[in-house]
Amino acid sequence: MTGFQTLFYKEILRFWKVATQTVTAPILTALLYLLIFGHVLQDHVQVYPGVQYTGFLVPGLVMMSVLQNAFANSSSSLIQSKITGNLVFVLLTPLSHWELFAGYVLAAVVRGLIVGAGVFVVTVWFGHLDFVAPLWILVFALMGAAILATLGLIAGIWAEKFDQLAAFQNFLIVPLTFLAGVFYSIHSLPPFWQAVSHFNPFFYMIDGFRYGFFGQSDVNPLTSLGIVGVFLVVLATLAVRMLRSGYKLRAGSH
Amino acid sequence: MAALHITDIKKRYQALQALGGVSLAIEEGEFFGLLGPNGAGKTTLISIIAGLNRADSGNVTIHGHDVVSDYRAARMKLGVVPQELVFDPFFTVRETLRMQSGYFGLKNNDKWIDEVMANLDLTGKADTNMRALSGGMKRRVLVAQALVHKPPVIVLDEPTAGVDVELRQTLWKFIGRLNREGHTIVLTTHYLEEAQALCNRIAMLKSGKVVALDSTEGLIRHISGSQLVLRLKHGSLPDGLKPLVSHPAELADGNQYTLRVTDYTQVEPILAALREAGVALDDMQLQQADLEDVFIQIMGGAQ
Repeated sequence: MTGFQTLFYKEILRFWKVATQTVTAPILTALLYLLIFGHVLQDHVQVYPGVQYTGFLVPGLVMMSVLQNAFANSSSSLIQSKITGNLVFVLLTPLSHWELFAGYVLAAVVRGLIVGAGVFVVTVWFGHLDFVAPLWILVFALMGAAILATLGLIAGIWAEKFDQLAAFQNFLIVPLTFLAGVFYSIHSLPPFWQAVSHFNPFFYMIDGFRYGFFGQSDVNPLTSLGIVGVFLVVLATLAVRMLRSGYKLRAGSH
Repeated sequence: MAALHITDIKKRYQALQALGGVSLAIEEGEFFGLLGPNGAGKTTLISIIAGLNRADSGNVTIHGHDVVSDYRAARMKLGVVPQELVFDPFFTVRETLRMQSGYFGLKNNDKWIDEVMANLDLTGKADTNMRALSGGMKRRVLVAQALVHKPPVIVLDEPTAGVDVELRQTLWKFIGRLNREGHTIVLTTHYLEEAQALCNRIAMLKSGKVVALDSTEGLIRHISGSQLVLRLKHGSLPDGLKPLVSHPAELADGNQYTLRVTDYTQVEPILAALREAGVALDDMQLQQADLEDVFIQIMGGAQ
């Protein structure tokens, strides 16, 4: 195995060994959201013509799970290794900044996709879904997971304590995902909040992903793809630069 | 080409000058000791060698590879046993070692991993989770991790701090073998007798500077010399010998004196002086200085 393959494999094994916590639990959480919100709102809300609320909710919950778990994987791995000190085993090796980036991010993408697939399997029975454009589903799932995995890497490098990471997660990641249209279409919002939602990059990930199922979306999926792509490139560049400089990982680096 | 070439390394942490221009050349196959009190800069220097820290200026090469500009080749040549007892709680001993090996791009390395485990008495714990190991066993794994890629240069940062006699013996037997096979060893330790027994050359570091650098025997011989302890039956020490007394307090009281001598040839003139003065001896001992005397003398002197 090459250094990159080893790091990738290690990161996969790390979450797989505690799959109850890292895979099963988030699937159950998403199922609960579906049962509760679906039950309460099914007969009251119609988001798109011909699309029932529960059916609308399923892709939103799948994508939310993909995003949150991709973030959780890279960020928790980094912060745990930093705090327990075992990151030194990776830092002492010839792994380049590109290999470190790819290893952490791809493993987190895999976790996001596994959890997303799990959520899909348990929730798909509750609502009618079309698969109008499967390629869009795949592309947005992959890019969304990669973005959040990269954000997790950045947060994990930046945070020095668990509570700093928790703040990053609770005050940034969770609100941005919840307000991205998981549970509603932004067209149901007042114009001001509709406008605000357009500044939330997470909105484009979920909207584009949902387009793949229904062929309907709040924004043209090509526009979403462009915005999501730019966001990914910017974050990846930042993360690779942090790794190359040794920022907060190699003492005394700038 | 030196195994490890350190040139004018400087490192400052705000007000503290951790390293003030350290230069060392350690040749292939040496067993080199890096000694100094806490805060002398030993661990900072090791971190810079290992790429865990960056120097403000100066450079380090390992077998000719710069640790910053050519870090991949440099790290392939280096194995570091960190001072802190760290481990990854998710994995077993064998998984830990296989992964460490994989980071260095090594496939099918189980034969060497088994050999390292056998030499460090870890075989019985191969499939035990790291969390379940005692402190001593974790320390062995830490050593094994540094050796999975058979690095020609091995740096051990206080590997025997707080470990039992058995592990110390196991470790030195194995490290000694690697050294005989040509691996270069760099050791920091607070156990000076350990350094004296193992190292062929020693550098002493104080406040970020090298204050002594010589072969182990050379340091002991030149810096400290020997000590001649005399206990007199009656009479007092002749005036001519008083300048040799190393502890002035002895002149004021008692009949026992410790005299500094650089070599054995000085003993006869001292005895002659005592005979001439009519002083009889009750007891006499010639004590070889050890590394601890050298250490205390150097650390006390180099302010």
